[in-house]
Amino acid sequence: MSAADVRTWAPGDELPALEVPITRTLIVAGAIASRDYQDVHHDAELAKGKGSPDIFMNILTTNGLVGRYITDHFGPGAVLRKVAIRLGAPNYPGDTMVLTGKVISVSAEDGTAQVAVVGANGIGRHVTGTVTVSVGGDIGRDIGGEAGRVMGGDIGGEAS
Amino acid sequence: MSDGLYEELKAYEGLPAAEGGVGRDLVNEPMIRHWCEAMGDTNPAYTGPEAIAPPTMLQAWTMGGLGGHQSRSAAQDELFGLLDKAGFSSVVATDCEQEYLRPLRVGDEITFDAVIESVSEQKTTKLGTGHFVTTRMDVRANGEPAGTHRFRILKYAPAARPSKKPAAKDGKPARRPRPVINRDNAGFWKGVEEHKVLIQRCTECSVLRFPWLPGCNSCGGAEWDTVEASGEGTVFSYVVMHHPPFPAFDPPYAVGLIELAEGVRMISNVVGVPHDEVRIGMAVRLEFLRTDEELEVPVFRPVGASSADSAGSSAAEGSAA
Repeated sequence: MSAADVRTWAPGDELPALEVPITRTLIVAGAIASRDYQDVHHDAELAKGKGSPDIFMNILTTNGLVGRYITDHFGPGAVLRKVAIRLGAPNYPGDTMVLTGKVISVSAEDGTAQVAVVGANGIGRHVTGTVTVSVGGDIGRDIGGEAGRVMGGDIGGEAS
Repeated sequence: MSDGLYEELKAYEGLPAAEGGVGRDLVNEPMIRHWCEAMGDTNPAYTGPEAIAPPTMLQAWTMGGLGGHQSRSAAQDELFGLLDKAGFSSVVATDCEQEYLRPLRVGDEITFDAVIESVSEQKTTKLGTGHFVTTRMDVRANGEPAGTHRFRILKYAPAARPSKKPAAKDGKPARRPRPVINRDNAGFWKGVEEHKVLIQRCTECSVLRFPWLPGCNSCGGAEWDTVEASGEGTVFSYVVMHHPPFPAFDPPYAVGLIELAEGVRMISNVVGVPHDEVRIGMAVRLEFLRTDEELEVPVFRPVGASSADSAGSSAAEGSAA
């Protein structure tokens, strides 16, 4: 049994949480890496002028972190099919975002799982979303020892 | 503002938002690496000779960057111009839905087209009042469909009017006053740090008291323990502050006397509703508002006042509350 096989997952299974410290560096690096030069993501004075208490994370970085949360967990063979997110409370510097995920459906036929993701920070829900990920099929050959260890640790011997 | 404006905005639905867009850079290793470094993403699928780009980078390949959006359509420019003119000059992204049809590999040329899918009626959110604009982009790699990208932004007029705020003497933006923490109330603020509102309880007569005091008002007892508030409450009374304006507060805003489910009352802000919609008897629930890097305070939001369509920010709330 491949550890990352979608058949080992069942609706209701929870992914371990990932804590992401929201540093000023992360916000700025994420904005620049996504080629988003909106001032509210790097210039605190201008952000305040627009009614925000500080700079805040851009949606592309949130999207990237959500994608990373899923692939970190399902292993390097996992393929993202769909990521749909909605933003709520902004990620300001000094906060911490805790990403949690719950499997909401599994399709054995096409080897995909749908995972509901929530990223909560100190002021509320920064992000809510749904990710569809393929974790079965011939991609199993790519799954290395690391993924097996991560997955094995989480699901134990349980198979559905 | 008027229905006339909405009719004008609505006419842009279905028109192109971007036409014949070409990614500024071919899919390339350095941009992938910079992305992965920023995200802390160590997925081996994104490195080495067989590397693919992180799928969530889809939009990044279409960004204009500092050079601006050369592919933006005249319709999109006009729509944004209309919104700017109507005072909705700020923009914040609220939703992103991406579907990935094929992995992007180093060397792929990205091309894209986008359409204005919908423009919402005027909505009032915590950030301010404005219109949601949804676009849908089709992204191709070397001419093959590679993904779709639906993106929703709010074009809005900020609720806060920082220019009217009295500036602090040193010219820096004002921060809320710091709480005075002493040995009589330190436990309360410790609780707030842990996102709890703790109520003192006299261990002699079990009477609850709030705010924190060194002794029991009921029996005079000096010993106490604490009860964590469930967070449920109702507005017992309230005032709306109009004048004078204090630095870091942006009038008008509602200050409520909240009766907690446990029976004690506390003064706090009522957030998530306009100041003139706060009512006595309104059911509210506790939450914590970060006002700056150092300060978090307990505030109350009416039950059912969702932050779902509030465009992703309590920024306006932060200055209004």
